[in-house]
Amino acid sequence: MSIAAIEASALTKRYAHVTALDAVDLLVQPGECFGLLGPNGAGKTTLISIIAGLARPTSGRVRVMGHDVTDDYRAARRSLGVVPQELVFDPFFTVREMLRIQSGYFGLARNDDWIDEVMANLDLVDKADVNMRALSGGMKRRVLVAQALVHRPPVIVLDEPTAGVDVELRQGLWQFMRRLNGDGHTIVLTTHYLEEAQQMCGRIAMLKAGRVLALESTRDLLRRIAGVQVALRLRGGLPPALREQVVEEYPEHVVLRLAHPREVGAALEACRRFGSDVEELEVGPADLEDVFVQVMSETPVRSLT
Amino acid sequence: MNSAVPAAALAIPVLPRASSWVGFRTLLYKESLRFWKVSFQTIFAPVLTGVLYLLVFGHMLDTRVEPFAGVPYSTFLIPGLVMMSILQNAFANSSSSLIQSKIMGNLVFLLLPPLSALQFFAAYVLASVLRGLAVGLGVFAVTVWFAPPAFDAPLWIAAFAVAGATMLAVVGLIAGIISEKFDQLAAIQNFLIVPATFLSGVFYSVHGLPPFWQGFSRVNPFFYVIDGFRFGFFARSDVSPWLSLLVVMLAVGVVSAVALVLLERGYKLRT
Repeated sequence: MSIAAIEASALTKRYAHVTALDAVDLLVQPGECFGLLGPNGAGKTTLISIIAGLARPTSGRVRVMGHDVTDDYRAARRSLGVVPQELVFDPFFTVREMLRIQSGYFGLARNDDWIDEVMANLDLVDKADVNMRALSGGMKRRVLVAQALVHRPPVIVLDEPTAGVDVELRQGLWQFMRRLNGDGHTIVLTTHYLEEAQQMCGRIAMLKAGRVLALESTRDLLRRIAGVQVALRLRGGLPPALREQVVEEYPEHVVLRLAHPREVGAALEACRRFGSDVEELEVGPADLEDVFVQVMSETPVRSLT
Repeated sequence: MNSAVPAAALAIPVLPRASSWVGFRTLLYKESLRFWKVSFQTIFAPVLTGVLYLLVFGHMLDTRVEPFAGVPYSTFLIPGLVMMSILQNAFANSSSSLIQSKIMGNLVFLLLPPLSALQFFAAYVLASVLRGLAVGLGVFAVTVWFAPPAFDAPLWIAAFAVAGATMLAVVGLIAGIISEKFDQLAAIQNFLIVPATFLSGVFYSVHGLPPFWQGFSRVNPFFYVIDGFRFGFFARSDVSPWLSLLVVMLAVGVVSAVALVLLERGYKLRT
């Protein structure tokens, strides 16, 4: 088997009164797009900070491309590009200066061709000589992504990269990430937008209170919620027999969850017998949000790999 | 996104060759560029402050005080003022740069790359020494207009200028590391650095002090920096310049060891 992109074993981080990570095991394979999901305070950022060497584990180990983040920190950090969650910037420099400097920190003196290419891909060329202070939030976010890529890391970690970012940039960012992923980069991302994780990530780990509650392929996670969702617009009201299946209710329509697609016929039949006309019907699979809600309501168990 | 760039160009099979020398050099460049870009505030303002001291104290006291026989007070004062400017600005540079990066959050850009504690230390200290010397040189250049300079032993002048700047650059680095807020840094500056500077003989020869304060001066490393520096100008000092150099080098060694241990452990930098 090839070397894991990220390998965490029994990773624990305790602060004075809080256990931020509790014996987390995680294996991310090279070339994967891996999602880290969880509510605020679940330990996602702590996990990323330890992988990046910004925080030190209380116990346990992490390797990036086979390099221990403590003992072999130089090789580990060269293998890793991190886009931090906070919109941080250095007000003294322009975009190009910032990227050149960041590249230099990684030991790369002549890197302008790559820097130009990264800027072109992130639509930053027009802003190359603009001071960081003068950029909008979205532009600053792009520079953060560019900074994470200056040393061509095989593993890219994005901590909520689309928080507070407009739709256009979000889509552009994902398109770029998909391309990087397609070119062999491993991508790890945390996000609050479950939809994004569903679209982007092949595998997903769900964290809660410092533990991994679920770590499966996105497809398997979605299978956990068996059945289908049916959105109905009815004239004549909902038959009482279907009340139990309602998961969402709106003035105009209701959403039912049915255990199996074959129950759709029976539900429609129930409406017909109740004298209710089906004006609109939409049948679809359960989405990640349902899985998320279900997993989060489960009791924390030991992390699985 | 820009589709003009072929997708294959982004493929990254191998890590580019990296050099740790480049890492240090870049951080030194960035730290120097940082103060240079705001040189009005970081160099010219402190030069003006130094000159004001000379104007006020020099003219007031020229005819009344003569710490060294045959040396006018203004002339005596110049080396002290130059050294005070060097020390304060070397301290201000490393400490304020680091605390700003911490508070702005952009310190993360320095913590993510594979920079070692020694590279970090050397770059911050060297940039701060450069700023200290730039201000010192500025103060000196202006003050020679007001009072005739003396140059007895230029090598001693250079040695103490560099050693003093290094000492305070390292102390500034430590202050930046341990402070989490601007007011903590201001407290270190106002209650430690400024008193130690003023009580070190910038404005006087310690021989003119009461015995208690003379004794106090002897345990203050700043005293040795200024005394040795002044020796370079007048070939006269309160203690031997060799002793001063020894004390200053020892002090540099101790604070450097502390700073390196803090950086190695990531104290208040990595959680």
